[in-house]
Amino acid sequence: MKKKLVVIGNGMAAGHMLEELFDRGNTDYDVTIFGKEPRVNYNRMMLSPVLSGEKKYEEIIIHDEEWYKTNNVDLRTGVNISKIDRENKKVIDDDGNETSYDKLLIATGSYPFIIPVVGHKLKGVVSFRDLDDVDLMQEAANRGGKAIVIGGGLLGLEAAAGLQMQGMDVTVLHLMPTLMERQLDSAAAYLLEKEIEQRGIKVITRANTEKIIGDEHVEAIRLDDGRELEADLVVMAVGIRPEVKLAAEAGLMVNRGILASDHLQTSDPDILTVGECVEHGSECYGLVAPLYEMAKVIAANLDGDMSAKYTGSVTSTKLKVTGIDLFSIGDFAEDEGREGIILRDAAGGIYKRLILEDNKLVGAVLYGETGDSTWFTQLLREGTDISEMRETVIFGQNFQGGPPLDPMAAVAALPDEAEICGCNGVCKGKIVSAIKEKGLSSVDDVRVHTKASASCGTCTNLVEQLLSLSLGDSFNPNAPKPMCPCTPLEHGDVRRLIVAKELKSIPAVMQELEWETSCGCAKCRPALNYYLLSTWPGEYVDDNQSRFVNERLHANIQKDGTYSVVPRMWGGITSPEELRAIADVADKYKIPTVKVTGGQRIDLLGVKKEDLTDVWADLNNAGMISGHAYAKGLRTVKTCVGKDWCRFGTQDSTGLGIKLERTLWGSWTPAKVKLAVSGCPRNCSEATCKDVGVICVDSGYELHFGGAAGLDIKGTEILCNVTTEDEVMEYTTALIQLYREEGYYLERIYKWAKRVGFDRVREVIVDDEEQRKTLSKRFYHAQQFLQIDPWKEFVDGKDAHEFAPIKPIPLEAAQ
Amino acid sequence: MTKENNWVELCQLSEIPERGCRVVVTDEIKIAIFRTHTDDVYAIEDKCPHLGGALSEGIVHGAQVTCPLHNLVINLVNGEALGPEPMCVKSFDVKKEDGKVYLDLVPVKKEAA
Ligand SMILES: Cc1cc2nc3c(=O)[nH]c(=O)nc-3n(C[C@H](O)[C@H](O)[C@H](O)COP(=O)(O)OP(=O)(O)OC[C@H]3O[C@@H](n4cnc5c(N)ncnc54)[C@H](O)[C@@H]3O)c2cc1C
Ligand code: SF4
Ligand code: SF4
Ligand code: FES
Repeated sequence: MKKKLVVIGNGMAAGHMLEELFDRGNTDYDVTIFGKEPRVNYNRMMLSPVLSGEKKYEEIIIHDEEWYKTNNVDLRTGVNISKIDRENKKVIDDDGNETSYDKLLIATGSYPFIIPVVGHKLKGVVSFRDLDDVDLMQEAANRGGKAIVIGGGLLGLEAAAGLQMQGMDVTVLHLMPTLMERQLDSAAAYLLEKEIEQRGIKVITRANTEKIIGDEHVEAIRLDDGRELEADLVVMAVGIRPEVKLAAEAGLMVNRGILASDHLQTSDPDILTVGECVEHGSECYGLVAPLYEMAKVIAANLDGDMSAKYTGSVTSTKLKVTGIDLFSIGDFAEDEGREGIILRDAAGGIYKRLILEDNKLVGAVLYGETGDSTWFTQLLREGTDISEMRETVIFGQNFQGGPPLDPMAAVAALPDEAEICGCNGVCKGKIVSAIKEKGLSSVDDVRVHTKASASCGTCTNLVEQLLSLSLGDSFNPNAPKPMCPCTPLEHGDVRRLIVAKELKSIPAVMQELEWETSCGCAKCRPALNYYLLSTWPGEYVDDNQSRFVNERLHANIQKDGTYSVVPRMWGGITSPEELRAIADVADKYKIPTVKVTGGQRIDLLGVKKEDLTDVWADLNNAGMISGHAYAKGLRTVKTCVGKDWCRFGTQDSTGLGIKLERTLWGSWTPAKVKLAVSGCPRNCSEATCKDVGVICVDSGYELHFGGAAGLDIKGTEILCNVTTEDEVMEYTTALIQLYREEGYYLERIYKWAKRVGFDRVREVIVDDEEQRKTLSKRFYHAQQFLQIDPWKEFVDGKDAHEFAPIKPIPLEAAQ
Repeated sequence: MTKENNWVELCQLSEIPERGCRVVVTDEIKIAIFRTHTDDVYAIEDKCPHLGGALSEGIVHGAQVTCPLHNLVINLVNGEALGPEPMCVKSFDVKKEDGKVYLDLVPVKKEAA
């Protein structure tokens, strides 16, 4: 029978242990894992970029639900274990449910320390440990106002930078005379403080909080020197404490953390522990690298390899604030018998200090330029005797043995054992051989295959350098990116050449531009089809076989092979007749799901392919046409009810939305295009996150463009103000035409505008009347060939073969 | 081809779109019949080895098809996926004769490597 492995705490350490265990192919255990947080395992370190808005929660998930299923792990989220019954080998949760174990792993991590000053329980006082904290901070940031971060260590500074990027007025209070005093010496700390203040974050050192003031919600903070600072949000980031309560109550040996042997066993041999809750060799760790090392040892031990032991770690620190380069490792206290080597370039904002003892490196602080951190780490860990190079060691690896070489040389010179990714303990040799053996060509590939740079991300640069070393010229992250492996040309080149050489078919493009494949691939063919279609309206014949199935069949393929069908609902307005027809269709074809979409219309999901034409015919009969819900083209124009009904409405936003949709439907564009019209600045139709948005105001219309609310979230920028509906139509059609002619395939408006410059778009559309008018004219010209309902064409018999299998095979023939 | 083939007549070659596909449905299996830009025909099971996507709906390029669900590329000649993981779908013998397409419903056995 399988042994029962129970894990308490579903955090980074526990997750990594399971991953290591499964990577070894081990299936000896029935695993149950309890996590207090109501979610799967995510990358806690990346909460900082989530806070600042640079990443989203979905991007930092480490193990999604699928992963637990695939690995047969029984995941219990939102369950707090309140007791360990060692005698009967059981754990008990808050509701009294019992789960028995053969082996127990405690991975409860740490909890944030809260200074117990008066007022620490007021609303608006938060810590920075999990996603709920980040949500609270973001809510506060949305209301704006002043934030005070107590604690100028790694966590506090990342919180401060994040809140500042979210638009808050931020002050950092730090008890000690200098920031990050545990990782930085005073010189580096000074540079850091200056840089942080330059970003508009105030720093007050030697600040001792006496009291947090407020009735229910925090209002201000009083320092012990009498100063009072207003605050709408207080973040306590003053340190963490190992979460040992459960272990202590169960009678395990506990000091600051849970005491653990080299096999990470607690004082009960059936109970193991991993992560920040562990105390090993009098050390508790607060960074992932050592936790991952522990995890690896436990996985090996559980798999029967008892030779693996954990012997402690030397940790290094990097600050994850975009634009600040800082690195520290080891010990840099001034001590007898120690010497420091210092390099200072105040103007360049660079400071480096190495600490030597017995001709060996014992510590390093780098600020402003951290390119040599890997090399210094290597020297330190291996205890290399550096007497030979002591004059030049501070200049870094490049400098050794000759004049400075190119920047790549430093990475090239690293030995295979040099650790590149500190978090996951991945060395250079492993990355290089993965690149070669598996033919990897991007940082993402390397992440997937080796985990390097998959955690805190600060080693991405090094990984890029290894890629370019291994792949030579074929890798250059900033080089123009070829459209696909069929051609060295990038999208822009291809667009220009299609016009310049008057290429009018896909084979002509491939022939003339010397495609390396005879028939392209699934990346270039749809792109070429779009470029030809938008360049030669009325002339080029759309190549259906070069379209993705959704656009070929004018319905969205679902994961089970059925389709979804969305009829157009002009400006989100419908009628009893239309609704009745939709209901009838749903009944008649037994369509399992009918859903209202985010674009104000109705989605019929789960339509069988053979039924598509009949469904369309019925919808056509009721006057509805395809909503192009699948198209790289106009999707929807969302509207609010505007002045017809709303007491705030200034213009006929619904009418204008319908007019826009009637004008724009059917147009193909590089990527999908969504519009919205709001009747007043209250903006109920969310126009400011659309590709093009119109906000009605008393004096007319404010035109917006370049918003997005998908993988990326971006507010629009203002194009200009106009006074009449006719102008709205002219400016919008011109803008979309410009995008159509210049955008690269799959590039949304916001990306295109960023590439060519938002200002340039304004110059062409707003400042240059002549260009605007000709663009608009070209738009209308193209539309006459495109506004044909694709459903009706199918209903009328086009491509009937698409919807029917070849005649059924008689059974006897199949035998 | 080493085995004895048992051919079933399917349709005219012209009934399959160029760089396209038609499906044959039997009680047990869906088989996708592809026609390339060079008028070669291939037959593989209509089920992506990744998560079961309908390969018949993919974009056909050369003797390959890209799955519409997550872009896995399958070699039509032997049903093998291109990519880091070895994955494969069943493939079937097909032939063209006098403008007609014939299929053998017994999958091609892969020789053990
Ligand atoms: C904002 C932030 C930035 C960071 N940046 C970095 C960085 O750049 N580099 C770096 O190396 N480290 C960084 N860290 C530290 C790193 O995230 C931690 O070291 C790591 O997450 C600790 O892993 P763990 O598994 O021990 O604990 P955790 O990840 O905290 O997991 C413990 C889990 O156990 C759960 N739990 C606790 N008790 C119970 C119970 N009784 N029952 C059920 N569940 C329980 C908790 O809810 C928690 O989810 C950062 C941390 C934060 C918060
Ligand atoms: S955007 Fe303005 S006009 Fe439109 S519904 Fe909202 S409040 Fe009313
Ligand atoms: S519908 Fe959109 S958001 Fe929802 S799962 Fe699919 S891709 Fe993701
Ligand atoms: S199902 Fe084919 S790639 Fe995912």
